[in-house]
Amino acid sequence: MPRPGYVLEVDRSTPPTLFWRGEGFSLEKLPAGRSRIIYPGEPVAPLDDIDGAIAHALEHPIDADPLSALLFAGMKLTIAFDDISLPLPKMRRPDVRQRVIEAVLDAAATAGVDDVVLIAALALHRRMTEDELRHALGDRIYDAFAPRGLLTQHDAEDPKQLTYLGTTPNGEEVEINKRAAESDLLVYVNINLVAMDGGWKSTATGLSSYRSLRHHHNPDTMQRSHSFMDQHRSELHKSNWRMGKVLVDSGVKVFQIETTLNTDTFPSQFDFLSKREWEWTGRDRAAFLGLSKSLKFTPNRMARGIFHSIEAPHQMTSIQCGEVEAVHKITTENVYKQQLVQVEGQTDILTMGIPYICPYNVNSIMNPILVMCMGLGFYFNLYRGKPLVREGGVVIMTHPTPWEFNPVHHPSYIDFFEQCLADTTDPAELARKYETSFAEDEWYRHLYRTSYAYHGVHPFYMWYWGSHGLKHCGRVIIVGGEPRSVRRLGFTPASTMDDALELASDVVGRDATITHFHAPPLMMCDVS
Amino acid sequence: MKALQYDRKPLRFAAAFLAGSMTPGRGGAWGPLELVDDDEPALPTPEWVRLRPRLSGICGSDLATIDARSSRYFEPIVSFPFTLGHEVVADTADGRRVVVVPVLSCVTRGIDPVCEMCAAGHINLCERVAFGHLSPGLQTGFCADTGGGWSTAMVAHPSQLVDVPADLSDEGAVMIEPTACAVHAADRYTGAETVIIGAGTLGLLTLAGISASPRRAGKPIVVTAKYPEQRRLAKELGADVVCGPDELPRWVRRLSGSLAVENQLTHGFGHVVDCVGSSDSIDQALKVAAPGGEVLLVGMPAKVTLELTGLWHRETAIRGCYAYHRADFDRAVELVRRFDLGRLVSATYPLRQYRDALEHAAAAGRRGAVKVAFDMRAEKR
Repeated sequence: MPRPGYVLEVDRSTPPTLFWRGEGFSLEKLPAGRSRIIYPGEPVAPLDDIDGAIAHALEHPIDADPLSALLFAGMKLTIAFDDISLPLPKMRRPDVRQRVIEAVLDAAATAGVDDVVLIAALALHRRMTEDELRHALGDRIYDAFAPRGLLTQHDAEDPKQLTYLGTTPNGEEVEINKRAAESDLLVYVNINLVAMDGGWKSTATGLSSYRSLRHHHNPDTMQRSHSFMDQHRSELHKSNWRMGKVLVDSGVKVFQIETTLNTDTFPSQFDFLSKREWEWTGRDRAAFLGLSKSLKFTPNRMARGIFHSIEAPHQMTSIQCGEVEAVHKITTENVYKQQLVQVEGQTDILTMGIPYICPYNVNSIMNPILVMCMGLGFYFNLYRGKPLVREGGVVIMTHPTPWEFNPVHHPSYIDFFEQCLADTTDPAELARKYETSFAEDEWYRHLYRTSYAYHGVHPFYMWYWGSHGLKHCGRVIIVGGEPRSVRRLGFTPASTMDDALELASDVVGRDATITHFHAPPLMMCDVS
Repeated sequence: MKALQYDRKPLRFAAAFLAGSMTPGRGGAWGPLELVDDDEPALPTPEWVRLRPRLSGICGSDLATIDARSSRYFEPIVSFPFTLGHEVVADTADGRRVVVVPVLSCVTRGIDPVCEMCAAGHINLCERVAFGHLSPGLQTGFCADTGGGWSTAMVAHPSQLVDVPADLSDEGAVMIEPTACAVHAADRYTGAETVIIGAGTLGLLTLAGISASPRRAGKPIVVTAKYPEQRRLAKELGADVVCGPDELPRWVRRLSGSLAVENQLTHGFGHVVDCVGSSDSIDQALKVAAPGGEVLLVGMPAKVTLELTGLWHRETAIRGCYAYHRADFDRAVELVRRFDLGRLVSATYPLRQYRDALEHAAAAGRRGAVKVAFDMRAEKR
């Protein structure tokens, strides 16, 4: 029986706590008597027979006919799937998407369906490389579909590939992938790594265009989503749900397949990363020491390569199919079963170690904007009820935050960082002054469509992800960050955790309470 | 009189080159420059007048001379020993406060009829700067007969004098000559998107000139600046964007809607003003200029190494921009007044502290300064 998440009150006997620092770690001693550490639950048991569970789910969907009943010869079938941003780290082969899509294709073949197209639901993310597609889908699917042009990647900038379906009652335009919209059946294969994923967000976001996305990917929506990991209090989700209704009303038939994974995040040689420090064995300590010391002498690029080659032993814990909203309700419950940790009360200071990876830098560089997004966007929002940190409190992150970008993946990020953040860090002002010019920049469009670049507007969205956190917190401090990068973000650099706590005391006083969000593995806090 | 004189001394010239290479401005201590006590220069003709300099600025071309980085191009059109200083506000014997137009053109040299360029009013392009009754010298401050502003006494032809309005301070007045250069440079501005490379004195003043241009109609002006004070002043003087030199190509790409092929922009800005004059700055200017665009060299270059294939392929024009016409001084006075450019004088030194002054001027940007000048107001005459 896996142990649930746990809140440890730090006392004098508590060993130093592990903090991620990008492609590295440190051990930090948090002040006794006023600190606590939130640990994620242990990985829940995976499904015994994953392929059997997939087959069962496809034939026993929720509020929908079995998949086999929806398939018929001569139909147009489109299978959309989540892109490179999920799961994190990438999972060992076979990926969940491969297993599910193979089962769907088997069912389609049995029904005599021969017009099948696969679409990577990129939204405005970068295109996936052949290796990444092969990893997600397996060689059999790739070799069968890609050479014939039937394995495609959503292009949100190709008007010929988009169709406009109308507006929601709130005036939000709905434009999605034409092939998906015009198919007799759209099967969406999803991975729910966190509670934000899935539901109508899969289709209404993953297969849409800037014209649609701008209605919910904006500072106002984000600041009114408390949090966007809690669907019921998320304006982001409400907007996507409204768009989902437009899809349904337009006759788009979606068969939603949602999967959940456990939090078995790191392979055995990195076991210590998932353990509570007082339970570290001699082997764990040796692994920590060996890895930390060797990383100090490893060039950044090589260290990045090592970490991004990690394949997680994630296993599927549930699969449910059928009508989007009914499916998503159960999926969310399953995510909560794995990730939800009960936490009593808010904290004055929230600390978090930012790891080497987030959804937008797979096989890439965690640039400063993504550091901000990971801290104030994702980690800050991993709550239900109230934010972990009180309003006006302090967030302390640990990350080297180098002034470094991947020019292939993140070209517009460089300009956003150099040009826009030099002017203002206010999300609303950034949106007003700069968003359109980035979204409509021909060069960024070209790179998004033909290279492996995130869309020109994407760095804005990253900044907007963090806008609720930005507004909520009194100060953000980055320990160990390159000072000029940290300052460009509008944050305060600190050399050590002690320095950071001292700086934080200017805002929240000397006896402030401290909470450390000990992730990854991922968790979500239910804050009462 | 006291004067900072520069003589032809090959060994000290070599020492200046070495010292200046290690620490810019250090050529003043090791090179041919000396503070001398000398006779006042003779009046070349009776119509010339004597001047008592009040302030005299240190210009980039002065620093290049002192650190022995100037091109040998100038050798035939200067005469040794010369007293440096061509940015001068001075008193005349009859009590006028004047600024000197330092170009030593046909009229000052007693040449009649004047050359074609002078006849057209282009005194900066005078074809007779090594002829007439004066020793060679393209400007006051590089001519053995006239003295220069870095002294307590010099001479000037009446045609070189511009009266300083009473409301201008000496600091404002000493900025008139470099501002006239900027006014002349700004005459090439057509209202197109513009890059100004460098935010030293000349870059900032050129920016002011362009900002005040009636042709300015909303197209962006991007200025590169290395230091915080330069950035602040560039913003104040009307730049739409101020960025570091390494950030410039990305700004131009985005603002011009250009595509890019590796590091080459497909488009760019139509007007690029280089106020630095180095290989790197001119190279960058060529890279950010639009096809068919113009690069204006306002900063004095020396020998540079350039890749000109792009210039050929994109039909980019490079054009020099030297000094001014006489009328530019009148417009410079207005510009100095409008933008309060006297505030750009960051520090003044007496002549005896010339080594400190020159090092300060050579490191002006890094030290948060713009214009450094010599102050002779308290010097014993």
